[in-house]
Amino acid sequence: MNEPVTLITGCRKGIGRFLAEHYVAQGHLVFGCSRKPSDFQAPNYRHFCLDVANESEVRPLFSAIRKHTGRLDHLINNAGIASMNHALLTPMTTVRAIFETNVAGTFLFCREAAKIMKTASFGRIVNFISVASPLNLEGEAVYAASKSAVQTLTQILAREFAPFGITVNAVGPNPVLTDLIGGVPNEKINQILQRQAIVRMGSAEDVLNVINFFLKQESSMITSQSLFLGGIC
Amino acid sequence: MKQKIKQIVLDCCTERNEIAELKIDVALEESAPLFGVDGVLDSIDLVSLIIAIEQAIEDELGIIVTLADARAASRENTPFKTIGTLVDYATLRVQQQEQVHE
Repeated sequence: MNEPVTLITGCRKGIGRFLAEHYVAQGHLVFGCSRKPSDFQAPNYRHFCLDVANESEVRPLFSAIRKHTGRLDHLINNAGIASMNHALLTPMTTVRAIFETNVAGTFLFCREAAKIMKTASFGRIVNFISVASPLNLEGEAVYAASKSAVQTLTQILAREFAPFGITVNAVGPNPVLTDLIGGVPNEKINQILQRQAIVRMGSAEDVLNVINFFLKQESSMITSQSLFLGGIC
Repeated sequence: MKQKIKQIVLDCCTERNEIAELKIDVALEESAPLFGVDGVLDSIDLVSLIIAIEQAIEDELGIIVTLADARAASRENTPFKTIGTLVDYATLRVQQQEQVHE
């Protein structure tokens, strides 16, 4: 089996679904997961229903990948949840849920993926961060904090996994029309866009372009990097 | 169960020795030092060995187990000090995992 093996989290809809369809079309063997079943079907696509932060649900997915393919080339940690709310109106259940999915889920997938990637001394991991962190967006304190944590995870895991030939990078999309920002008022979106060097909404293709760069064989010297779309630093 | 896990650990150590400069003294069996004061493994060696053992337990016993432990890096209290402490720890984790599924 020579085709690349790619695992994408949160790929029932939105950017994750777009990425799954793209890499399937490129001939990758794609493993996808989400909490709910997906209606996407292809001969080279396998879908698992699970909570990314639940270790007892996640481990069997990696067991299946190891048994069926013996390797994993790419992990794209797309799964994430957000909540737009003033800090004084944010319940602790929301805080815990966001950190569980965005931080614990990302860590768990990185850890288990690296165990398989290490065997081949090759792996590419791409995590999802957000412009909400560098922009310090009001109303997104918990979400932005969780993505800052993912950025730090990315930087430290890049160092820990480098001896195994595994790179770890992060892409930080600007606002892209998905369910994730469905609850954000248009006025707020426009304010964010005005703080970008390139004043437009992002697209799934923009995100794909960055991920393709990180996944390339030639990107073996690119690790620990965070790339924000739209000209934000 | 402990005997099976001991054999898995010994096999993984032997396999690791084939490509490593500093050898684990497998002949000492349970008293062979692994990690810590007298150990021959550095932290990267330890990570590789633990992953190999996790995967071998899954392949041979059909049990998915995580051997990660908060005390892993402690030179004094690490469960990975010798082959014996590692076997005891892995056996405990496997038994805990079996109880979850009962």
